Amino acid sequence: MGLFVVQFLTGLSGAASLFLVASGLTLIFGVTRIVNFAHGSFYMLGAYLALSLIEALPVPRGTWGGAPFWAAMAAAALGVGLIGVLVETIVLKPIYKAPELFQLLATFGVILVVQDAALWTWGAEDRLGPRAPGLRGSIEVMGQRMPVYDLLLIAVCPVVLAGLLLLFRTTRWGILVRAATADRQMVAALGVDQRWLFTSVFFLGSCLAGLGGALQLPKGGADLAMDFGIVADMFVVTVIGGMGSIVGAFLAALLIGELRAFGVLFFPESTLILTFLIMAVVLVLRPQGLLGRAEPADAPGHDAEPVRPADRTWRIAVSVLLAALLALPMIADPFVLVLAIDVLVMALFAASLHAIMGPGGMVSFGHAAFFGGGAYAAALAVVHLGAPMTAALPAGVVGAALLAAVIGFFCVRLRGVYFAMLTLAFAQIAWSIVFQWTEVTGGDDGLLGIWPAAWAADRTRYYYLTLALVTAGIAFLRFAVFTPFGRGLRAGRDSPVRAEAIGIDVARRQWAAFVLAGAVAGLAGGLYVFAKGSVFPDEMAIPRSFDGLMMVLLGGVNTLSGPWVGAGVFTSLQDWLSRMPFWRLTLGCSIIALVILFPQGIAGFVRQRAHRHRDRGS
Amino acid sequence: MSLLEVAGLRKAFGGVVAVDDLSFALDAGRMLAMIGPNGAGKSTCFAMLGGQLRPDRGSVRLDGRAVTGWPARRIWRAGVGRTFQVTRTFGSMSVFDNVQTVVLSHRRRLRSLLRSARGLYREEVEALLETVGIADQQARVCAVLAYGDLKRVELAMALAARPRLLLMDEPTAGMAPAERGALMRLIEGICRERALGVLFTEHDMDIVFEHADEIMVLARGRAIAHGTPAEVRADPQVQAVYLGEA
Ligand SMILES: Nc1ncnc2c1ncn2[C@@H]1O[C@H](COP(=O)(O)OP(=O)(O)OP(=O)(O)O)[C@@H](O)[C@H]1O
Ligand SMILES: [Mg+2]
Repeated sequence: MGLFVVQFLTGLSGAASLFLVASGLTLIFGVTRIVNFAHGSFYMLGAYLALSLIEALPVPRGTWGGAPFWAAMAAAALGVGLIGVLVETIVLKPIYKAPELFQLLATFGVILVVQDAALWTWGAEDRLGPRAPGLRGSIEVMGQRMPVYDLLLIAVCPVVLAGLLLLFRTTRWGILVRAATADRQMVAALGVDQRWLFTSVFFLGSCLAGLGGALQLPKGGADLAMDFGIVADMFVVTVIGGMGSIVGAFLAALLIGELRAFGVLFFPESTLILTFLIMAVVLVLRPQGLLGRAEPADAPGHDAEPVRPADRTWRIAVSVLLAALLALPMIADPFVLVLAIDVLVMALFAASLHAIMGPGGMVSFGHAAFFGGGAYAAALAVVHLGAPMTAALPAGVVGAALLAAVIGFFCVRLRGVYFAMLTLAFAQIAWSIVFQWTEVTGGDDGLLGIWPAAWAADRTRYYYLTLALVTAGIAFLRFAVFTPFGRGLRAGRDSPVRAEAIGIDVARRQWAAFVLAGAVAGLAGGLYVFAKGSVFPDEMAIPRSFDGLMMVLLGGVNTLSGPWVGAGVFTSLQDWLSRMPFWRLTLGCSIIALVILFPQGIAGFVRQRAHRHRDRGS
Repeated sequence: MSLLEVAGLRKAFGGVVAVDDLSFALDAGRMLAMIGPNGAGKSTCFAMLGGQLRPDRGSVRLDGRAVTGWPARRIWRAGVGRTFQVTRTFGSMSVFDNVQTVVLSHRRRLRSLLRSARGLYREEVEALLETVGIADQQARVCAVLAYGDLKRVELAMALAARPRLLLMDEPTAGMAPAERGALMRLIEGICRERALGVLFTEHDMDIVFEHADEIMVLARGRAIAHGTPAEVRADPQVQAVYLGEA
């Protein structure tokens, strides 16, 4: 009995940070409709800032000895709030009018910048958090011991919730926030200064993330992996609660907190999976989350543009590119060839993600599941079944397709942000299975020694094999857009209601496209394994999915050539920059700059220029 | 047995009863106008007939077969074409592609991954565009069309699957008066010629009284009158709630 009570209390305390972070995210989303990926970075900054402040502040003697600690906590939260305002003003303000996907891309850029800024300021080492003064020990609850600090955390959740609700019910600002969350046009019509409202919401939301990070400090310390570490959790909580709903986030944080606390007792191996399973169940039963508002049926994810068949200039450009790629082994040294293989593989991966994002209108945050899924399927076929490369590559395709069939089955019922979040959650499940199932997958150590067949072992030959398969894959995906199948898919994206009213089963078609894209991503994954000779869980982790998104968005979602242009630019940039110190900072700043300069993507920009030029000429 | 038979149809949104105990029938080759003030429940009724909304209660029969609560795509296959009050077309596609997509779907050719859709069923699509008078704009993208032209595209899309029943929610909204008359004459011609049942809503009373064989008047979700134009015009209750206001 005592064990259960303590476990229950532990669950409540675990919910505190989750709630603080998620409430900030949901608040920002509710008002600005921006999914702030960098919110996890704010959380991390909260922990580091608190740490530095605690170390810097002098400790007075006597009863006020604890004051600096608590002052540091509060100051860290406010500091992060100001950083949030800075980010909002510099990065997001210029692109509020751009399609929402570009705002997403900009927040990726911010993640990278913060990562390097934190590395530079606080160093690579994990830092232990100082104990909270006065709350160091533990107390006995029904024969079980639990840390006193947990009691504080338990109290924080309801207090912050009450404070927020009070703010929303009683102040004019709070009423505006609620109105904006419910209906943005209305607030605009009321003549409210949206800029000010957005900035202030960013301040409060970031403060909450910072506070979450700071309060977490005495328990978990601070490290550079905190940002991506919390991303999945905070999405799970906001999505289960319903995007935009603070009370929903509260309930969801409690649910997840308790689930973890008790999950550890019964299924210690699979707490991660349990979390995402709950999210999947909630979303399948209630697609808008516990307290969220259903999205309108006919709201396309982005302003789709017409697809254009290849014109002459394009054909010439692609022919030249292909000729150059064919000639590459004769002119370039082996290092360039290695990079070229990477670029090609990533181009195929990005093209497969683009197939569902562009023509399908489904923005996936978890596409790495299929890249990694294909990689692991191929690698497992080699390691456990002794399959040759010619069998392992198809095994990768089939494995990824099967995984996509299962994940897609659940995801295609959802739209917009919810779809994105559910794909992320499933990708995390896939990742945690690979990570935890050590006997089969090798866990963190990965699978090694997976080399191409003898006929393709030579670097140049493998390059040509990759070039052939990647070109075929990209050509197939491009062709598919113009087939009746692709037409129906675009129809479902442009107007699901109209598409259903002319006999198209939109969800089913999206599912089919999802599986197809998964299969192609699996081919990319398989090629990647044989190029590297090994595979690690990282290939299915969140950063890999984000890479894919960045490539597609950099290239331009509305452009069929976008994904491979984006992959080329992004992968080369990353390769080039990663040899320098603080390359993430440079990459992040480049991304932010690119987003602000080319809100329609690089290929989109070039195309727009070309068309404008032609329209003027004719 | 009528082409369309509706009995006891009802739909509520929370506390608002949008359509309440609605019953009527429509025969092939006839034009039935549904009129009523804003918020009377006309579009909600159309959505239930078209499968966009599930009725709370009541039944919808098509040629005697119950289609109540079927998904929209199945009702469409059963021969019901429709246009929407707020036009719904595929904004990123050309006018031609919009209509061609319907033809492809009707012919069950929309699943193929093996060949390009380009040029398929060209004559059939162009004939449809010609019929509704928008052939000259076929290469334009729907997102840039004027509202009245979008209504025409929707009409071509609705006709493309050779429906037996046509549901049209304000087919002439956004058009100039002269255009309106021409479009309604076109619709009426098709209705008679192909023995289509046409159910339409319209706020322009001249059009309603000129083209409808029967008129049904809705107010707050209920049918308060149903009859020939002459009967409806003479109905005192109708004059009180509706015509009097206009
Ligand atoms: N999705 C919905 N959710 C809530 N209420 C709705 C919804 N759709 C319609 N209503 C309500 O149902 C009632 C009927 O609306 P409906 O659109 O059917 O009227 P209408 O007769 O088509 O009006 P109009 O002439 O303006 O097009 C209105 O009170 C409307 O506010
Ligand atoms: Mg209406």
